[in-house]
Amino acid sequence: MSTIYILWLRQIKKYFRAKSRIIGALGQPLLFLLVFGFGFGSIYQQAGQGNYIQFLAPGVIMMSVLFTAVFSGIDLIWDRQFGFLKETMVAPVPRWQIMLGKAVGGATVASFQGVIVFILSLFVGFKFHDPLMLLAAALFIFLVALLFTSVGIAIASMIEDMQGFQLIMNFLVMPIFFLSGALFPLKNLPAALDVITRIDPLTYGVDGLREALIGSGNFGMGVDLIVIIVVAVIFLGAGSYLFERIQA
Amino acid sequence: MVSNLTDTNIISVSGLTKKFKDFVAVDNISFDVRRGEIFAFLGPNGAGKSTTIKMLTTLLQPTRGKVMINGSDPAKNKDAVRMSFGIVFQDPSLDSDLTALENMQYHAVLFKVPKEIRKRRVEELLRFVELWDRKNDMVKTFSGGMKRRLEVARGLLHQPRIMFLDVPTLGLDPQTRSHIWSYLKGISQKEDMTVFFTTHYMEEAEKVAQRIAIIDHGKIVAMGSANDLEKQTNTNSLEEAFIAITGNTIREEQVNGTDLMRSMIRMWRRH
Repeated sequence: MSTIYILWLRQIKKYFRAKSRIIGALGQPLLFLLVFGFGFGSIYQQAGQGNYIQFLAPGVIMMSVLFTAVFSGIDLIWDRQFGFLKETMVAPVPRWQIMLGKAVGGATVASFQGVIVFILSLFVGFKFHDPLMLLAAALFIFLVALLFTSVGIAIASMIEDMQGFQLIMNFLVMPIFFLSGALFPLKNLPAALDVITRIDPLTYGVDGLREALIGSGNFGMGVDLIVIIVVAVIFLGAGSYLFERIQA
Repeated sequence: MVSNLTDTNIISVSGLTKKFKDFVAVDNISFDVRRGEIFAFLGPNGAGKSTTIKMLTTLLQPTRGKVMINGSDPAKNKDAVRMSFGIVFQDPSLDSDLTALENMQYHAVLFKVPKEIRKRRVEELLRFVELWDRKNDMVKTFSGGMKRRLEVARGLLHQPRIMFLDVPTLGLDPQTRSHIWSYLKGISQKEDMTVFFTTHYMEEAEKVAQRIAIIDHGKIVAMGSANDLEKQTNTNSLEEAFIAITGNTIREEQVNGTDLMRSMIRMWRRH
């Protein structure tokens, strides 16, 4: 337990010390909220779908959680390059505890980032429907954060340096975001796109969050929750397995 | 932890071999280190020193051979072995975005230093390496020598029975170097701690180590005290003995372009 705690604490300390990074990471979601929110707002409304900001905000919150989580996992590569990983690897503690501490730490940081974006969205005009459901929203945010931090750790355990990073951004993280229904409704999509969006785990995170915050979604919160939990457990396992095989 | 206190050898290695594909990095080496002894691996870059340390410290699986560290096999009983040693790696291994104190606390928790003594022990060691005044400063503001001293203090935190140091004084000025060695020798004597270090500095091996193993191309080519090695080769200094044994000075080997670059990068990173 103390192993998991100290690894968690390290992530938190490092996150709050890099203030410029926290603020920098808010630029993109803010841009999405303002530009897409107001840019597409009138078309969306004309199509009879209602207020676009209401639809968009949960998607942008999850975007920010996704990016922060994957980064927090992948920064394991820096630990490796700057030698700190070796210090952790000679510690007499099970590897899965190290992995779990790092995953929970990264997930906490990513959740926090999601909460900031949520607060920002309130200033842009977003309104949530039920204060009690904020708890469910927080749960979805944390689970999605945990899932994608694990993905980041799994990736970092397989690649040696940051050279493959652009590849991962363009062929994994961006598609996960764009195909999740964060920006557009999932109804009446072409068949191929429909299948892909249903494979994307973030789809269920966005849908669950939307349901929690504005009370409308596609699959129902129960389904969303089960899918996210199952996929998070799978990736925690995969991350642990791959992390365990790292030789310093 | 299985440990036989009557056994005088705390490290015992026989037939240890490591192959990376077709390249034999460590070639069938055998040696013992006695409890409380200061033992040096002397050899040029690429001789297999770091690979050996990695196998002794559970970071690398040997291809063949048998290793016992304080009564346990590092390939099988990893955690028991890990509890028994402290290590200073060749490359820096601190988190530079944490303070000196936080780096120590991280280690204390992972190495299960009991809470009651944690605070006292951390303070004792930070004072010992003269970093107590800087305990709340980020490690990234430290000089190379300060980082090294912090790594030594951290390695000693859980009162290891063996201290491994992989080229610990590379790129440090002579003053810092002698400081570090005086700490380590003191603790080794006081707590009967074994010190195993690698180096390519002749003077360091001669001055500090009670016994020296000369390693070249993955093989141990000679072993004994500096005096023994001089006698064996009929020479007057370790440097001459080294040339007589390996047919090379240690410096010549370093003037290989990649090695030079590597050591320059290391020095640069350290400062």
